[in-house]
Amino acid sequence: MPTIYIDNRPCTVAAGLNLLQACLSSGFDLPYFCWHPALGSVGACRQCAVKRFKDEKDTRGELVMACLTPADEGTRIAINDPEAVQFRAGVIEWLMLNHPHDCPVCDEGGECHLQDMTVMSGHTYRRSRFPKRTHRNQDLGPFINHEMNRCIQCYRCVRFYHDYAGGTDLNVFACHDHLFFGRFEDGPLESEFSGNLVEICPTGVFTDRTFKAHSSRKWDLQTAPSICPHCGLGCNTLPGERYGELRRVRNRYHHQINGYFLCDRGRYGYEYANSDRRIRQPLQVRRGQAPATPLTAEAALAQWAAMAKGAGLIGIGSPRASLEANFALRRLVGAENFYAGLSEPDACGLETVRAILTDGPVPSATLQGAGLSDAALVLGEDVTQTAPLLALNLRRLRYRKAAVMAAGFQLPVWNDAGVRELAQLNLPNLFIAAPHATRLDDEAAGTLHVPVPELLRFAQSVAAVLDAPEAPAADPGDPVTALAWQSAQALLKAQRPLVVAGMALGEPALLQAAAAIAARLKAMGRGAELCLCVPEAGSMGLALMQARALTAAMARGAADTLVILENDLWRRSAPEKVKAWLAQARHVVVLDHLATATTAAADLALPAAAPAETAGTWVNNEGRAQRAYAVMPPADPARSSWRWLQAMARSAGRVDLNGWQTIDDVAAELARTLPPFQTITELTPAVTVPTAAGKLPRQSHRYSGRTAMNAQRDVHEPKPPADPDAPLAFSMEGFDGPQPPGLTTRDWTPGWNSEQALHKFQGETAGLLAHHDPGRRLIAPAGKRQSLQMPPPAASPKLAAGEFQLVPLHFIFGSEELSMAAPAVALRAPKPHVGLGPDNGFAVDGQAVWLRIGDLLTEQIVRIVPGLAPGLMGWPVGLAGMPPIVLPAVARVEQ
Amino acid sequence: MLSILRTVGEVLRHTFAPRETIQYPEQKPYLAPRFRGRIILSRDPDGKERCVACYLCSAACPVDCIALQAVHGEDGRRYPAFFRINFSRCILCGFCEEACPTLAIQLTPDYEMCEYDRSKLVYEKEDLLISGPGKYPGYNFYKEAGLAIEGKDKGQAENESPPVDVRSLLP
Ligand code: SF4
Ligand code: SF4
Ligand code: SF4
Ligand code: SF4
Ligand code: FES
Repeated sequence: MPTIYIDNRPCTVAAGLNLLQACLSSGFDLPYFCWHPALGSVGACRQCAVKRFKDEKDTRGELVMACLTPADEGTRIAINDPEAVQFRAGVIEWLMLNHPHDCPVCDEGGECHLQDMTVMSGHTYRRSRFPKRTHRNQDLGPFINHEMNRCIQCYRCVRFYHDYAGGTDLNVFACHDHLFFGRFEDGPLESEFSGNLVEICPTGVFTDRTFKAHSSRKWDLQTAPSICPHCGLGCNTLPGERYGELRRVRNRYHHQINGYFLCDRGRYGYEYANSDRRIRQPLQVRRGQAPATPLTAEAALAQWAAMAKGAGLIGIGSPRASLEANFALRRLVGAENFYAGLSEPDACGLETVRAILTDGPVPSATLQGAGLSDAALVLGEDVTQTAPLLALNLRRLRYRKAAVMAAGFQLPVWNDAGVRELAQLNLPNLFIAAPHATRLDDEAAGTLHVPVPELLRFAQSVAAVLDAPEAPAADPGDPVTALAWQSAQALLKAQRPLVVAGMALGEPALLQAAAAIAARLKAMGRGAELCLCVPEAGSMGLALMQARALTAAMARGAADTLVILENDLWRRSAPEKVKAWLAQARHVVVLDHLATATTAAADLALPAAAPAETAGTWVNNEGRAQRAYAVMPPADPARSSWRWLQAMARSAGRVDLNGWQTIDDVAAELARTLPPFQTITELTPAVTVPTAAGKLPRQSHRYSGRTAMNAQRDVHEPKPPADPDAPLAFSMEGFDGPQPPGLTTRDWTPGWNSEQALHKFQGETAGLLAHHDPGRRLIAPAGKRQSLQMPPPAASPKLAAGEFQLVPLHFIFGSEELSMAAPAVALRAPKPHVGLGPDNGFAVDGQAVWLRIGDLLTEQIVRIVPGLAPGLMGWPVGLAGMPPIVLPAVARVEQ
Repeated sequence: MLSILRTVGEVLRHTFAPRETIQYPEQKPYLAPRFRGRIILSRDPDGKERCVACYLCSAACPVDCIALQAVHGEDGRRYPAFFRINFSRCILCGFCEEACPTLAIQLTPDYEMCEYDRSKLVYEKEDLLISGPGKYPGYNFYKEAGLAIEGKDKGQAENESPPVDVRSLLP
């Protein structure tokens, strides 16, 4: 821990930092543009200049770029040296020469790093009278708005998009002061991580295009810590609300999960909460026989009470509902009548994941940990589509390798330009075996595109090499065993190998195979980790509850009264079977926030709060439980599902759920009832007032319009809604001190209005939030079972000519239910199609073919899927407009 | 004695001095244009709404009595979809006018806006928007800004060069 002297103050900083990091972590303000905690330094902007002195006696000193100078023991620097101050003022004046007079109409205004740095550097009046250079903008698709005039040539966008996220369609063009950052031609940005440009770009060049449709300023948004509901990784988000509408999602830093970044599904999927499909009132649906009629909450509960008189209740939970909502349903219907509402393959896969992670010897990897591994094997999963942020972290492997090499060259890891040169030298030890090419293949040292039985054979061979490392490859001419040998050798050399698998192919054997490989590595003393991808935000929570699948409920035959929680059963099982089953049930009650085929087939639909409107606990794929808080109150009569379920119990004459006052009471009972959840009560501070000064405000101290926003309805200001479920208030008032991690409602400190304020909340830049990160792991590997056992090999199905085995194709935009209710995401989703490999001998891209799948005859457009193995046909999962098919299935091309 | 005489003298002097009090409402006082009374939203010299819905006035307002919502028109201009001032809260401090970067929001020398019913003091954009530029005749924000709008392309604002040809490498 070197000690350095900043403005004559001794500061002890972590080893290996540069001076900019050291200044920021020690609480000093120093302007910068091109440095970013996740991207490192390139020294492009010259904004971070400080004076460095040789020793105490040196009075002249020299100007150095803080971001490119190591913070070595005894370094003496001055931030407020007059020459350094003047230099920085000069730099910002140059950067502003061509800057347009746009702040009032710029969506970045009020959270603009350029505004902050301009103020910090003291540049207040424009002196230049020369004309400003201008640029034409591009249409970059539904996610990103482009306003190129505002660029200050810091290169952060290209360094993130191209170098960090592996995107190929955004770059820098032209030269000198004509530099242009954009695409070669108009068109949507292809990268799944393009939305991060909004936060990476320190100016208003790249802004959130969906936000533009309902612009607000940062200070006017009501924000609360939330968890992304669109996949199983549990990324931390900070959604913002204004005028009762969810307006955008921003990244909320979590050191071990999402870090500084989100994927575009998580960032742009939020508009489901404003969708026309929202159920806003209790509805008497009459199973679609007659138009639905709205009811009051009391009338709806009275109807329910009549239904609940019958013999038996059956509850269907949901992987898109919170732990508490699922548990409340379990309590309402009884454990023996509670089913998870998962499709058969999902239920089977999740149980496998649960068993592997809780009983096996190998710990699950955090996303950050996945990026720190030195060799990784991806088995069967297209992670970019099913667990996007994992893909972004796997792209770090190249840099992790380069960073190790850099140490040998005396090159500090933050020296991005240098480390990037090294990273070009060779591909990282990443190996991907999947049925088709994936978006991550460009990063892999070896890839294999084969059907599932061959994937299992591949895993077998990897295990065989691990068991006998000295033996040469079994059959070097066979691509399967050749890659198995190559990847096994890389895994053997690694200190921290990672095995990635998931549920995308609906094949639990792949999960077992991945676990067996990881267990072998662990047994050899490596720090092996497993990363198993699960499909939905609530999947892992349901897995830990160990409820049975939907098919088990359907197997019980006609139900009396069915209570379905936030679940569209049409997505879970064969639609005609679901339809028939619901038709047989005497009563069907559905709680949901979106109208679905299931709500249409119900007797009664109750308006549940959307995830952004209610508190809830979510368990991510690594087994970490995290609490999300309501960003806005649900509009009456909608309410949290668990409150509906409690009210339903009460109207049915039961008193046993009356004790629940807050979500903490539900969580506490869950912790007492089911052992895996024992520790979830320690997740957050109790929801009672955290300090004498009151709850933490969700609104900024500069929140505007409080006395006018409702004045057209009533000139008397309403009382802020109470929130018994959070230590946060729907108000500007309350505790104004430091907010504990996990409860941070904003990233703002005086002088730092943009998200760059984050370093004020971290122990050190890019480090832990105030020295600890929120959430708690519920799973620790017990090592009970040494699961070295490989799953048995699978037989390849016999296919006649013109027959194809259907494999699931997942799409980041299109396969997930909630985000598809967001118009911008729906625009990026593919049209219904089937995928065939190149050289399939049947159809070319765009050709329509007739397919017979079981009894179904359907016409579909063919899209060529790169690398799709022969004999396979890709079938888009969850995509609206695809005929309902339950996989596995075989399709025959009809001539 | 002397003090009594002085008092009588003062009274007499005031009796014949010119009056400060005027017969309001029959007579009206002179109020300078800078007087801080009823708030209006002005238009630019082209007759288009000046307000670009930047939210700075609402942020500056110490009693939070301005609420608005920005929208982006087909013509590229940003403007408020609604703009509401709750005059029953407004303290006529003028901070909003100070904050406004487009000179759109202005306080005027009109103060006769009392109501018996508070809800009548809630003014919407239709009540606020006047047809002229108010106190500042010349200023046109969009002529300065880099945003392209209908009738003003990139490079056509004040002191702007024509857009760069990205495909040229010439200096
Ligand atoms: S990028 Fe920042 S400084 Fe530039 S116009 Fe936008 S808000 Fe203003
Ligand atoms: S577009 Fe933004 S991130 Fe890219 S160089 Fe310009 S200012 Fe920097
Ligand atoms: S005059 Fe003052 S109180 Fe009235 S609207 Fe303007 S800022 Fe608010
Ligand atoms: S400050 Fe001016 S331009 Fe901005 S919203 Fe208010 S009136 Fe409109
Ligand atoms: S931040 Fe140091 S040169 Fe840009």
